[in-house]
Amino acid sequence: MFTHALNEHSELLRFSTSGSVDDGKSTLIGRLLYDTKLIFEDTLEALKRSADLTGEGTINLANLTDGLRAEREQGITIDVAYRYFATPRRKFIVADTPGHIQYTRNMVTGASTANLAIILVDARLGVVEQTRRHAYIASMLRIPHLVVCVNKMDLVGFSEATFNAIREEFMDFAARLEIRDIAFIPISALLGDNVVERSANMPWYSGPPLLRHLEEVYIGTDWDLTSPRFPVQYVVRPRDDRWHDFRGLAGQIMGGVFKVGDPVKVLPSGKVSRIAGIHTYDGPRDEAFAPMSVQILLADDLDVSRGDMLAHPDNLPYVASDLEARVCWMHEEPLRPNRKYAIRHTTRFTRCIVREIRSRFDFTTLQAQRPAPELGLNDVGRISLRTMSPICFDPYERNRYTGSFILIDEATNATVAAGMILEPPKSMPATDEAEYII
Amino acid sequence: MKYRLSHLDALEAESIYIMREVAAEFERPVLLFSGGKDSICLLRLAEKAFRPAKFPFPLLHIDTGHNFPELLEFRDRRATELGERLIVRTVEDAIARGIARPTPGETSRNRLQTPTLLAAIEEFKFDCAIGGARRDEEKSRAKERIFSFRDTFGQWDPKNQRPEVWNLYNTRIHPGEHMRVFPLSNWTELDVWQYIDRENLEIPSIYFSHRRKVVRRDGQWLPVSDLITLKPNEEVCELDVRVRTIGDISCTGCIESRASSVKEIIAEIAAARVTERGSRADDKRSETSMEDRKREGYF
Repeated sequence: MFTHALNEHSELLRFSTSGSVDDGKSTLIGRLLYDTKLIFEDTLEALKRSADLTGEGTINLANLTDGLRAEREQGITIDVAYRYFATPRRKFIVADTPGHIQYTRNMVTGASTANLAIILVDARLGVVEQTRRHAYIASMLRIPHLVVCVNKMDLVGFSEATFNAIREEFMDFAARLEIRDIAFIPISALLGDNVVERSANMPWYSGPPLLRHLEEVYIGTDWDLTSPRFPVQYVVRPRDDRWHDFRGLAGQIMGGVFKVGDPVKVLPSGKVSRIAGIHTYDGPRDEAFAPMSVQILLADDLDVSRGDMLAHPDNLPYVASDLEARVCWMHEEPLRPNRKYAIRHTTRFTRCIVREIRSRFDFTTLQAQRPAPELGLNDVGRISLRTMSPICFDPYERNRYTGSFILIDEATNATVAAGMILEPPKSMPATDEAEYII
Repeated sequence: MKYRLSHLDALEAESIYIMREVAAEFERPVLLFSGGKDSICLLRLAEKAFRPAKFPFPLLHIDTGHNFPELLEFRDRRATELGERLIVRTVEDAIARGIARPTPGETSRNRLQTPTLLAAIEEFKFDCAIGGARRDEEKSRAKERIFSFRDTFGQWDPKNQRPEVWNLYNTRIHPGEHMRVFPLSNWTELDVWQYIDRENLEIPSIYFSHRRKVVRRDGQWLPVSDLITLKPNEEVCELDVRVRTIGDISCTGCIESRASSVKEIIAEIAAARVTERGSRADDKRSETSMEDRKREGYF
């Protein structure tokens, strides 16, 4: 039925799934693939063979996504797995994030690029601490769309009252978060109710089944197209007589639209020029927009290199060395104040010092705890830091790509934190780059 | 659609970004080019990322010596047309030097590519190897990062991967370690074919239907070549076949097909009921054979 998912102009939707252990995430993904006829015969045969071997008798849809030896041995999901499927309307990239161990870290890994997050709730258990944690993280990561799938409806007699009670409880709690768009869908991943096909067991539910929601949710505004941002990634300089003066500033547009003729400001130096051309392998363009990868040619021969950012002079990011940020700590070794780390922000690597841990977030009470001596693995907290050289950023809430960073332990090279930059206090001037030139 | 990208354009933009990250962050990167469909896409992406300049890396082929002849001709010609440097290191030579050791009775040389590749990485001091692997190919690949860290032994440790958030890749490594980078991670087999069609890329003729002598073994049509010894009750057939994935000729299964154009291949793939890797005998050895090979350093 979906075998001709060949529309060349279909959009790409990235979504993540999260929930507690045994909420049925892997089963749900297995069901989506199975019911869209995207499980291949040899994969099914392999599942059957493994079901015969383990004596389970029936095919375990979860085994479709648990691909590692240790995961099969232990029956748990260890790491994020990526799955792909398509319908004639959209292509989907699914990040299946384990709810089990190292949950916050894994969920952030799987969800940082998602347009949409699915949170699974077990209908028998309702909203639990993990649900709050996942919703909070989805909100913190500014995932534009959220779908709460109330799963295992078959085990509560497909009860409308149970579904409504869970929805009410979730809405009460989510009112304190910043989530723009929430949908609630009662499903049974195991039996397939409301996953691909509308369920006959829940005539009281009038919304679309999950797949239709995934196909129709509007993602046209998920990229910020108002503030032009171009972190310079690489400078293309052919050593060739024909292209003697060619100097292409290569990069991916991380916000807005750039047009030939537009004035641009190079940050952090503050020099101004004009876009002389937008070069691509397929020929020159008049304009380019996020998230296209292009080469920008400037009218003036300025010193511009990797880590610099092009922006419109009338719409500039902040340029600063002192930042306030929310971080998810991803390493066993805790974060302590006054430690130095390498920081990667857009295309720039520099160093930074964590000056203060302002607070640590308590997922049980949804309150910030002050003071906080350290942040441990999977903790979320608010920190202040100072970078060695100034960085050009937008608050994460306005742009997920110019507002995010990672911290790296310089001794081990481990990625230790994912960070989201907060709106600077009002006292800080919006860009006056002269003050920040090193 | 004015300010929206199609899925193919979105995937392409991401892959170009990944290629440029490699060029900007590593001292001695290399691109693995086998002449197969995925690495053909990598070459086009490299053109899109770096032209009008030359590629900031050479191409490397780890040659099993068990090739479809059509593939080698294509490989050499493509490198020449692009004007880029092609390095070839052979399993044959690695065996002769004692770096790779064939297991008695094992005809496929896919496993022997690993030590050959690791030796080449050491020889040229490559710190990053770009490969055409995709997450939809195989279940352990589905778990792998786009920037996949390898220790000094070239090993992949699935339990100790760096978190990969947003587009902020942690490219830092110590001397002797290296990175494998997969710009096509998020592409599917169908995306690759749609891209080949859209970009009008040339592919080796064995991907199209052709008449070939084959033999039925373990539920697959294997090409008859000097490298295959027929068992007593096996019968050679001549069929119209093509390949979906290319490996060592001794273990690459053919499928019956009349597809003679990329458009026909796309229609065939879209209706296919068997995975691409279903035709690779080396993946069927155990439930986790790909994972096990990757732990050893397979790309």
